[in-house]
Amino acid sequence: MTRTTAATSASLRAAARARSRRRTILLHSFLLLAITLMLYPLVWLVVSSLRPNELIFSDPTLLPSGLTLDNYIQGWSAHAVSFAVYFGNSAFVTVAAILGNLLACSLAAYAFARLRFKLKTMWMAILLGTIMLPEHVTIVPQYVLFSELGWLNTFLPLVAPKFFAADAFFVFLIVQFIRTLPRELNEAAEIDGCGQFAIYRRIVLPLIVPALATTAIFTFIWTWNDFSRPLVFLTDARLYTVPMALRLFVDAQAGTNWGALFAMSVLSLIPVFLFFIFGQRFLIRGIATTGLK
Amino acid sequence: MPTAAPVAPRKRPRSSRAARENRAGYGFIAPWLVGLAVFVVGPMAASLYFAFTDYNLLQPPQFIGIQNFVQMFTEDPRYMNAVRVTLTYVAVSVPMQLLFALLLALLLNRAISGVGVYRAAFYLPSLIGGSVAVAVLWRQVFGRGGLLNQALGALGVDAATSWIGNPETALWTLVILNVWTFGSPMVIFLAGLRQIPSSLYEAAAVDGASPARQFLNITLPLLTPIVFFNIILQTIAAFQAFVPAYIISGGRGGPADSTLFYTLYLYQRGFASFDMGYASAMAWILLLTIAIVTAAHFLFSRYWVFYGDDEK
Repeated sequence: MTRTTAATSASLRAAARARSRRRTILLHSFLLLAITLMLYPLVWLVVSSLRPNELIFSDPTLLPSGLTLDNYIQGWSAHAVSFAVYFGNSAFVTVAAILGNLLACSLAAYAFARLRFKLKTMWMAILLGTIMLPEHVTIVPQYVLFSELGWLNTFLPLVAPKFFAADAFFVFLIVQFIRTLPRELNEAAEIDGCGQFAIYRRIVLPLIVPALATTAIFTFIWTWNDFSRPLVFLTDARLYTVPMALRLFVDAQAGTNWGALFAMSVLSLIPVFLFFIFGQRFLIRGIATTGLK
Repeated sequence: MPTAAPVAPRKRPRSSRAARENRAGYGFIAPWLVGLAVFVVGPMAASLYFAFTDYNLLQPPQFIGIQNFVQMFTEDPRYMNAVRVTLTYVAVSVPMQLLFALLLALLLNRAISGVGVYRAAFYLPSLIGGSVAVAVLWRQVFGRGGLLNQALGALGVDAATSWIGNPETALWTLVILNVWTFGSPMVIFLAGLRQIPSSLYEAAAVDGASPARQFLNITLPLLTPIVFFNIILQTIAAFQAFVPAYIISGGRGGPADSTLFYTLYLYQRGFASFDMGYASAMAWILLLTIAIVTAAHFLFSRYWVFYGDDEK
């Protein structure tokens, strides 16, 4: 009697294990299928950029037939200005934007997280409000302002606002991070006679490196991909950023050179991929805590 | 009082410490305050004024009252079309995107190997979904001889239509693009799911609740704040979608204005025909719409969003 129950329960457990294994396999297959479907166009983009132009409209597979770098060579100098210039422009704008955001956003965030000052609650509410503000509301008058200042066709409209913490998201992100640090650090430093700026620079900044990394990575990706602001503020092709240069292919009267366009598109995505791979930890934390894109 | 003098503290009095902190606070937020005035509040005030003017940058703005708004709603079929296209896009793509995000988050929220890799792979499209490179790829994939039709052809389906060139389907290619970027709400869902204490599920299992029951009575209610958060974020983002429509239609919003997003029409009016007044009026309607939709979500949220302690 007891032996049979033991035997049945053992076989039951074995059956349950088998069922759960089947379920796991099913789950993995489904996830892999979904990922394949989602990422197929991207992989195909990369493969196609390395194949002769005519295959782009005839070969949906990923077979690496007749690999060539022709598209890259053609694409690099497809416009009057070389892509080296476009990449240089994008790199300059992006690095400046990162510096601006790190500096201005961490300064404001320190005050909001640690200092008592008049109307702080009101300023914080305004700060959060500006996060939700569509850029389209301000872009028309900003255009008027920048044209008055003579800033059109310079990088200033893309870069200057960052040095004034215009990307209020990051202030919020860093505030949330500083709030998790023990307050005693501040008090101890104050007793030691540290001024607020010294506390910010010597104590807080080194501790919020993860939040700064998240800020830097998101700033990189957004600025690198940004299209609508360069579209409005830059008309001189020598100042174009990479996304603007990609658009030139689509505008071309003679029809699009898809191979060259694909090749340059791939190049434009590579830095984003690198940041994605090496900065994933910070990206995931950033989205999970504040809902950034 | 003569006795007051000797009591005067040697150190600076307390109020001075608060004053110092106040000064320091304003010092730290000074760059942001300047930016707020110069790049946000000033432009918003100017924009509000422009909205009631006829302004083409060359001549000074002419005050014309509410005529821009009247024109929008009564004499401009392209405007009403842009409203319709955008509302359709928001109403269709956001729920679909969030449904995928929730489904995948639920599947990934278990002890299987490789969760990190899966999560990263699903997340990747969100990072590049707004880029010109991906919009360009989309233009090819859904074009006449594009990847989709090639794949359909390989499967024996003869598809010679251009999904982008057909006014019936062009908007759907943009909906698919937005759904494709479900990774970022998915990551937020996953973070929310991790917050649900496992003791609740253990207790429910002891009581004999089926997995479906556990999902309906534990997971779903406790996840509603995250659902709400995601709806707000993605709705606001979808209202402002611009790049894919611009690239796919070559800046025109075609075919037959079927991808003429609100922001794209705003751009055309503001920066192609330099109707700065009209574009400003459009921007304010967009802002008001987003504010009203968000406020409505907040009002409606009390009927379905569950915040745990009711007595709070």
